[in-house]
Amino acid sequence: MRVLVIDETPLRASILEEGLREAGLEDVTILSETRLLMRQIVEIDPDVILIDLENPSRDVLESMFQVSRTVERPIGMFVDQSDAGMIERAVEAGVSTYIVDGLRKERVKAIVEMTVSRFNAFNRLKRELADTKRALADRTSIDRAKAILMRRHTIDEPAAYAMLRRAAMDQHQTIADVARALVSASQLLEKRP
Amino acid sequence: MTPVRIGFIPLIDCAGLVAAVGLGFADAEGLDVALTRETSWATLRDKLAVGAIDAAHLLAPIAVASKVGIGNPKPPFSALMSLSMNGNAISVSRALYGEMAESREFAAPDDLAGKGRAIAKVIAARKAAGAPRLTFAVVHPFSPHNYELRYVLGAAGIDPDEDVDLVVVPPPFVVDHLRGGLIDGFCVGAPWTSIGLQEGLTRVIAVKPQIWRFGPEKVLAVREDFAADREDVALRLIRAVKAGGAWADDPANRQRLAAMMAEPALLDMAADTIAGSLAGRVPLDDGPAETIADYVVFDRDGASFPWRSHALWFYSQMLRWGQVKHSAEAMRAAAGAYRPDLFRRAFAGTDVTLPGANAKVEGALAAPQPAGSTTGRLVLPRDGFFDGRIFDPDDVAGYASAFEVGKALR
Repeated sequence: MRVLVIDETPLRASILEEGLREAGLEDVTILSETRLLMRQIVEIDPDVILIDLENPSRDVLESMFQVSRTVERPIGMFVDQSDAGMIERAVEAGVSTYIVDGLRKERVKAIVEMTVSRFNAFNRLKRELADTKRALADRTSIDRAKAILMRRHTIDEPAAYAMLRRAAMDQHQTIADVARALVSASQLLEKRP
Repeated sequence: MTPVRIGFIPLIDCAGLVAAVGLGFADAEGLDVALTRETSWATLRDKLAVGAIDAAHLLAPIAVASKVGIGNPKPPFSALMSLSMNGNAISVSRALYGEMAESREFAAPDDLAGKGRAIAKVIAARKAAGAPRLTFAVVHPFSPHNYELRYVLGAAGIDPDEDVDLVVVPPPFVVDHLRGGLIDGFCVGAPWTSIGLQEGLTRVIAVKPQIWRFGPEKVLAVREDFAADREDVALRLIRAVKAGGAWADDPANRQRLAAMMAEPALLDMAADTIAGSLAGRVPLDDGPAETIADYVVFDRDGASFPWRSHALWFYSQMLRWGQVKHSAEAMRAAAGAYRPDLFRRAFAGTDVTLPGANAKVEGALAAPQPAGSTTGRLVLPRDGFFDGRIFDPDDVAGYASAFEVGKALR
């Protein structure tokens, strides 16, 4: 079975490719550039096409249902009417699947399930990375805000932190938000007009 | 407040939605609307199908196709109202325009029949010279753009499935494709027509009002079961978006609307480009920019009313081009995709003008004409197809099979 993965995110594509190979699918092609999608698909002649949901070229792909003249084998969207939950999970994960006619649904279903779980794993990874970055940025702002307070009020670090915490509680904000506001305000105050 | 998620594609014709949210019309109906931008019609449709969004700014024919059950299997949608009339245009590369002009088949910008003949001559000359075929792009197989381009080509005896290559290209890529020589022309919506012009790559050979004076484009679609189970929300949406469309139609609001739409989370484009498209300032052929009347209309002159005859006209074109097999049942389903019943209910007991009928003969009005309505204030605008054909919603199959070029069974 020949699988084509269309994804502009290289990391996600490689996570998916790895999963496909683990599932015993050797014939996997990854496309990240979709300017000549029609021509590329005719050349690759895949049995299954996996494409990320946000890819604008999905409309190009779908037009192939209409113009069978350009593709040898008709392509249909993989929709198992009996399993609406799976379509929902696929859309949530951000992937959609197209198969050529005549392929056994059960085989494809396993691939789709695997793709959905890999896409979700990628989404988790992305979220964790964003969380880590944010935590780091928060840490930096809080440290700078503490330094400003310590200098200004000649207090020690725990006292400066307590001030930030109290302000955050009073204003129903996070400590990081208060710290960011303090840092930017103090930059403004130090600036000469 | 009721939360409602509405998906949209960054195009001029989502203006009514933007205004409904930005001007507080949604708020006034107790709706907390979140607008989410999508990158393709397929994704917008799928998200609507699985309930990831509640409503969508959708190509009208996609809603019709969903109800007829063609294209991708999915639950049927209901078009609550029209979001826009017109807005599209056919552009060609300057090279193709040069070839067309050489044929001397047309002189006036309004001579679409002559322009069609000019394209036919280019096609014949290319064939004789063994040159590659002309390639035109549209945005989706189930799009007004597809049917409009095919309509113009077909009128000149050009078979769009045999004589040219018709491909789908996402609007943000059409200008790039044309620059790279991958396509020779395209039919897209505003503001992409203007962007091709700004880049100095294209000539506009036809704007929508020339092809069909007052023709439907986008609808506000929900899932049919949403319209049934949450009818109250659907009615509130109709009221909010109609108010937004009416505000967006007012030229006095154009600058403010353009600034709102230019936001990164919405169209993410220059406000000037948007304002130019809203005003319909477009040069035709190689002439100077002029203001095209009714370039894009959101609400006025009955534009937001979901006319069943619009749904049936799209069905007639699906029939004409072999996208659907004709049956009384399929035709009934097509008409049922548009929901004038809900639109009427949304304004029952108010002084909002509602037409007396749910369908009208399309293309028959040479001048504005008063029409039966609840307030007696409805005047239908001038309407007509460039080739003078008239669409009678009572004879859809006859209309579809009367075209010389097409696949409908005679």
